Amino acid sequence: MEFLLASAVGGLTAAGVYLLLRARTFSVVLGVALLSYATNVFLFAMGRLAANAPPVISDHATVYTDPLPQALVLTAIVISFGMTAVVVVMALRSYLESDSDHIDGTGLAQAGQPEPVVVPVEVSEGGR
Amino acid sequence: MSLLLIVLLPFLGALLPALMIRAGRNACATGTFVTTLLAFIGLMSHAPALFRGEVIHAGWDWLPGLGLNVNFFLDGLGFFFAALILGIGLLIIVYARYYLSKDDPMGSFYAYLLLFQGAMVGIVLSDNILLLLIFWELTSLSSFLLIGYWKHLPEGRQGARMALTVTGGGGLAMIAGMLILGNIAGSYDLSVILQQGELIRSSPDYLLALVLILVGCFSKSAQFPFHFWLPHAMAAPTPVSAYLHSATMVKAGLFLMARLWPVLAGTDEWFYLVATTGLLTMLLGAVVALFKDDLKGLLAYSTVSHLGLVTMLFGFGTPMAATAGVFHILNHATFKAALFMNAGIIDHEAGTRDVRRLGGLMHLMPVTATLGMLAAASMAGLPLLNGFLSKEMMLHEAANTTWGGQAWLLAAVATFAACFSVAYSFRFIAHVFMGPARNDYPHHPHDPPVGMWLPPALLVVLVVLIGIFPDTTAGALVALVSRAVTGGEVLDYHLALWHGVTPALGMSVIAVLAGTVLIRSYGRVRRVWLAGPHPEAKRIFDGLTSGAVKLAQGFTHGLHNGSLQRYLACMLAAFLVVGYAVFESSSHAAGTRMLLAATPIAIVGWILLMGACIAVVLMHRQRLLALVVVGVVGLMVSIGFVYFSAPDLALTQISVEVVTVILMLLALNFLPKQSPRESSTGRRLRDGVLAVAAGLGVGGAAWAVLTRDFETLSGYYLEQAVPGGGGTNVVNVILVDFRGFDTFGEIIVLGIAALSIFALLDGLMASAAGRRLQSWEPDQARAADRHPMMLAVATRAMLPLALMVGVYIFLRGHNVPGGGFIAGLVVAVALIVQYMASGFGWAAQRMKMDYHGLVGTGVLVAAATGLGALVVGYPFLTSTVWHFDLPLIGELHIASAMFFDTGVFLVVVGATMLALANLSRVGRHAEHLLVNREPMDVDPSHSLTVAGEH
Repeated sequence: MEFLLASAVGGLTAAGVYLLLRARTFSVVLGVALLSYATNVFLFAMGRLAANAPPVISDHATVYTDPLPQALVLTAIVISFGMTAVVVVMALRSYLESDSDHIDGTGLAQAGQPEPVVVPVEVSEGGR
Repeated sequence: MSLLLIVLLPFLGALLPALMIRAGRNACATGTFVTTLLAFIGLMSHAPALFRGEVIHAGWDWLPGLGLNVNFFLDGLGFFFAALILGIGLLIIVYARYYLSKDDPMGSFYAYLLLFQGAMVGIVLSDNILLLLIFWELTSLSSFLLIGYWKHLPEGRQGARMALTVTGGGGLAMIAGMLILGNIAGSYDLSVILQQGELIRSSPDYLLALVLILVGCFSKSAQFPFHFWLPHAMAAPTPVSAYLHSATMVKAGLFLMARLWPVLAGTDEWFYLVATTGLLTMLLGAVVALFKDDLKGLLAYSTVSHLGLVTMLFGFGTPMAATAGVFHILNHATFKAALFMNAGIIDHEAGTRDVRRLGGLMHLMPVTATLGMLAAASMAGLPLLNGFLSKEMMLHEAANTTWGGQAWLLAAVATFAACFSVAYSFRFIAHVFMGPARNDYPHHPHDPPVGMWLPPALLVVLVVLIGIFPDTTAGALVALVSRAVTGGEVLDYHLALWHGVTPALGMSVIAVLAGTVLIRSYGRVRRVWLAGPHPEAKRIFDGLTSGAVKLAQGFTHGLHNGSLQRYLACMLAAFLVVGYAVFESSSHAAGTRMLLAATPIAIVGWILLMGACIAVVLMHRQRLLALVVVGVVGLMVSIGFVYFSAPDLALTQISVEVVTVILMLLALNFLPKQSPRESSTGRRLRDGVLAVAAGLGVGGAAWAVLTRDFETLSGYYLEQAVPGGGGTNVVNVILVDFRGFDTFGEIIVLGIAALSIFALLDGLMASAAGRRLQSWEPDQARAADRHPMMLAVATRAMLPLALMVGVYIFLRGHNVPGGGFIAGLVVAVALIVQYMASGFGWAAQRMKMDYHGLVGTGVLVAAATGLGALVVGYPFLTSTVWHFDLPLIGELHIASAMFFDTGVFLVVVGATMLALANLSRVGRHAEHLLVNREPMDVDPSHSLTVAGEH
């Protein structure tokens, strides 16, 4: 069982990273979502796996799983939702503003190879 | 007065002029003066103890783990330098009050000056080399501010930048050198290091530490080849030049060489590095100074030359030479500060400091001329003045030191340099003050107010007194300082005007005669000089810096081409490399924990999850499809939580899943539905390799953890949940009680996220993109039935039920799975479904809820619950449980944490709705369809009659 969970975390991470490296914002958002799953499950697994031992105190339960990772992950799930929402909206806004959903923006997407932005640095002020 | 206070006073005082400038220039100067005076008196109060041979320590541990302690100590050397800094500081403060014009911001000048003064005092009193380095850098920074004080002058800005680059760069080398030194000695405390001379000199790292520290000292003290910044720093106002660039800051390098003299000196490396550099600098400075027409330029190169002289003396490595060096520091500080102030007076009164336009000033400004000529004569090394004494000592030491087997070499070069030294001093006297008065000065010169000539006059009095009665006036002090420098050796010498006919006297006579000849035939000498090559240090420096900037730019732009994909790939690769390094250096065996057996149902779930992962990678270009598959992943994760005893997580995950998918669908409405295929095969391969490596790494880490046993601190939570938190659902009790402060922070983050979404979308509609949206055409066919009847009826019927479920989940949350987070999400889903089923406009007209207000109220409710505990005297967020006996219902527990959870609930509802409702609002903004008056487009009860009419 532990192997299944560990490999599932690995699979989620791999898929998330691959999507994260795509060039379009929506894929990146999906990648972030997958990575959030992977992270949450990974954190959750720090409490080790236990079946039929929910951390709810009762008279007939003898064993409880570790509640602390669960508490941490619960808020993490909600926060990752908040973060995903912000990223989605940023993707939407940037698409509507620039008419391109390439992560590097309009001009770069069309040019293919982006131009380096050269910032002139003033060395001598002799001319002033 | 405590040493700490002496160091702190200038820093505290730096606030005064900045605040007092509105009270006027005099108040400002007085504040600065009094601060410095207090520090000076404090310093002097230690003098009796010092002359009794004591060393005063003060300090406390700051970062003992790093060996960084705020330790100060005061011995002869520190006392001497601190007295110079504060004493000359007092004179400069008076002088500057009269020198600066009405238009100059005097408040900031004095503030910078005090800042510099504090940093300098800090350097000379530090007993910890790390602390010393901090003050060292502070002097570089404050001198940058002072040199660039006249911000409107390009020379000032360039000079300031050059000084900062050179001294700051030297400072960096010095940091490295000091760290090595501390490493060898095993402590960063100077008093410890000073006891470790043998150990340090025999260490294999000695040479490296020495070179690095010397680079710092040489750059600060303007030694060749770093000397060029000092003449360019002359763009500073003259009080600054007099203070920083003759008396104090440039002597910081000398101070450090003196401070570390017992540890570093005495080796061949030290001798050849330091003495040779000093000799070269002395010669170079003296020769160039003769041909400078700018008075301050002349003085700057002369300063370079004298600093070289002292460096050379320290480099000889003998106690007697070091004593001569110390004495010359004192003498140079007196006559050179006086000369700088003198040059400032001339500039101020005559309107120029170009030697070629001056002359004959003796007749017009007799006081100034007398002071200037006396100080310059001391600089030339004429008898009865203090410059003569230390120069004699220098020549004596040079004559008795052998360089590279050549006994005559040092003596010859030193004499040669002394000739030029005499020549430029005579030029200062002859070409400025002597000769006939002219009538073409830019201003008509006359003696300045007393405040301006009194400070140099006091120094000139010292010059003469020390010159005539050296042993009475300075003997005790020089002896005290030399003992501190040389580590306590008592020398058999005394300062005296007349030592009999010695070789040194002969060299002095030669120098004076040759100098006189040089100045008499100045015109011819100058032509010879002009014919020769003149490498311009500034041009070389500019070339070097612009080359460095070009290199850095090339490197940066080569690496940063603007592609976020590339950056991300690089970062991931870096993580992987670091992770792999750790992996390599540890054991790889799996742990030995008892594992759970895989059940068939788990295997099915695993297959579904992994299949979904693969599918989403393969189909990510079909965005809708990919989104659905991600939903499958979320579902599997939720089921996994159920299976592994985490019902709260499962509930949260599944409701978040719903909300996330709705959110993405709303966004996808406007985004392209498909991604183009644009990555090359190579790129896909690279990303695939990175992704698989990352997956293996994370999966492997999870496997390693899961197969090992662990200790947890959760036992406490499990035991205390019921008695302490009043609930049986431990996860919820942790969230709202034990770790309530974390949760409080998290709901605030969630609220901020929702507000930023609102800001992004609200701004969108006001922007140009918002106007473009007005003419947006849906890229997909719209359903003819905008608001399907089934959906509308079902959601409206379900709304009360769904809300009831939400309340139920909320109330039970403290004892069984549920709670504010989950309830909030459930309620939000129930509400958002109304928007979906009946249209945004229709639903919005009926749900006039202020979601911003909801978020804010939630945070306030949670905060108020926490503060409630404060009111009754418990720490923030302490919870309590009330018990009630209600008729019929029976006993009831209400935990105060319930109110906190209410806050959580409100924030989650508010934040989720704020995000979703605003996305829907964008949709409505774009589609500009009429708001339906009915909940559904086709009302069955109406349609019958409509049909009948047809």
